[in-house]
Amino acid sequence: MIEIVDLHKSFGDNKVLDGVNLTINKGETTTIIGRSGGGKSVLLKHIIGLVKPDSGRILIDGEDITLYKNEKLVKLRQRFGMLFQSSALFDSMTVEENVGLGLREHTKLPEDEIRGIVNEKLRLVGLRGVEDVKPAELSGGMKKRVGLARAIAMNPEYILYDEPTTGLDPIMADAINYLIIRMKNELNVTSIAVTHDIVSAYKISNRIAMIYEGKIIFVGTPEEVKSTDDPIVRQFVEGKATGIIKAV
Amino acid sequence: MGMGLVSYIGSKALGFFTDVGGVAILLKAIVFNLPRLFKNFHLTVEQMVFIGVNSLPLIIFVSIFTGAVSSVQAAYQFHNYVPMRYLGTAVGKAVVIELGPVLTALVVAGRVGAAIAAELGTMKVTEQIDALETLAIDPIHYLVVPRFISGITMLPILVLFSDLVAILGALVVAVVFVDVSAHTFLSGLKMFFHLSDLFAGLFKAFIFGGIIATIGCYQGFKTTGGAEGVGTSTTKAVVISSVLILVADYVIASFLFG
Ligand SMILES: Nc1ncnc2c1ncn2[C@@H]1O[C@H](COP(=O)(O)OP(=O)(O)OP(=O)(O)O)[C@@H](O)[C@H]1O
Ligand SMILES: [Mg+2]
Repeated sequence: MIEIVDLHKSFGDNKVLDGVNLTINKGETTTIIGRSGGGKSVLLKHIIGLVKPDSGRILIDGEDITLYKNEKLVKLRQRFGMLFQSSALFDSMTVEENVGLGLREHTKLPEDEIRGIVNEKLRLVGLRGVEDVKPAELSGGMKKRVGLARAIAMNPEYILYDEPTTGLDPIMADAINYLIIRMKNELNVTSIAVTHDIVSAYKISNRIAMIYEGKIIFVGTPEEVKSTDDPIVRQFVEGKATGIIKAV
Repeated sequence: MGMGLVSYIGSKALGFFTDVGGVAILLKAIVFNLPRLFKNFHLTVEQMVFIGVNSLPLIIFVSIFTGAVSSVQAAYQFHNYVPMRYLGTAVGKAVVIELGPVLTALVVAGRVGAAIAAELGTMKVTEQIDALETLAIDPIHYLVVPRFISGITMLPILVLFSDLVAILGALVVAVVFVDVSAHTFLSGLKMFFHLSDLFAGLFKAFIFGGIIATIGCYQGFKTTGGAEGVGTSTTKAVVISSVLILVADYVIASFLFG
């Protein structure tokens, strides 16, 4: 279980997180929705210790990981996989090396076994025959999928997905939704996803949380989101430019 | 206006001390990561090839002309005052103590320091450094240490080549244009040659290599703001390491020869 307690973060004068409270249950997929620039990526980066909060705590199985350093942080991160919004592939490495890096670094598995795992993960995200290609030669959607394969390569307990379906065609997007659901059902992975894709959010989520003005203003199941009267949530999921949330 | 100036100087000074502190922290992290150097040693080998082997053609080219010009200039200044049998002495000392290390370091700062800052800067702004961290890989271990080790080992080796080639260049010019025989030049070279001079030059190269790699990495890691930020970091890496090389050269010289 991950408990985010009263998390605050500003960059200079820009108050991004203003007291975020959110509990993520084990074995569930929690999706965070919210406006562009609303702090979703920043929140994910806190959970894996890439960004330190100004105040507040993040408890994983009861331990405050915002205090973790060095060895403890390294150990913690091996239990996580993260898909970056920008994919963040290593452009000096091939696709195969990108996906296999964690395995080569942290396990003593023989080389042919690592190759096997990498191929399996690439197949899971629907990629074949790109093992020896450098990321610069891939399309945006392919990069995203390589990033996803890299995130799941070590069979993590927790996966953080930052916009897993953005930039994919609808069919591939649905295949990724299905993959996220499978990770949960078959491997009991706990996931936190960030997305603008409401259809995807409804499909993959046990619970959906909405971040607005630096706070979580709503948490509920997809059904509760669909039937809520909360005007802010309604405006967001219906995608209306007029309402409480100002478009510009 | 007066306050504006004061706060301008204040903020510059603050930036300066932040950078000094940042570099110190980076150096400390490098030292703490040295025990794990041989894990992923292939990365260090790659950097050694890039910093050392690939710089060699440029260093050789620069050194030939450095030697040649120092021969011509020394001969001109000796004319009618100093016997030409000291030509080899003067050129040899100048090359080994000063010209070889400093010019090699400045050339490498331009070529390698810039490349390090640009590569790490790009990795920073495209979140590749964050991605490394999420894979539980320490960027200091994975990116900085290989560059640092290559810098401090390859610079002395490059300087050895530079010294040799520069002296050869000087010899050729002496024989062909100044009319000093090879025998005279070489015996002048040997006459006051101290091994300690050579080691002083190599020690400088070791320090300069550390400066180039550390400043390149520091500027790379500090990069923000996309492609423009990468450009700024690259320029800064070259300018700052060049200045530091000259300052360090003076400091080392005053300790060793002062
Ligand atoms: N490293 C940083 N330094 C300064 N400001 C930052 C940094 N990272 C994020 N921000 C700021 O924090 C705010 C939230 O950014 P974030 O990337 O979390 O938004 P988001 O909700 O993920 O948006 P999107 O849906 O567009 O990805 C933005 O105003 C952004 O400019
Ligand atoms: Mg984002």
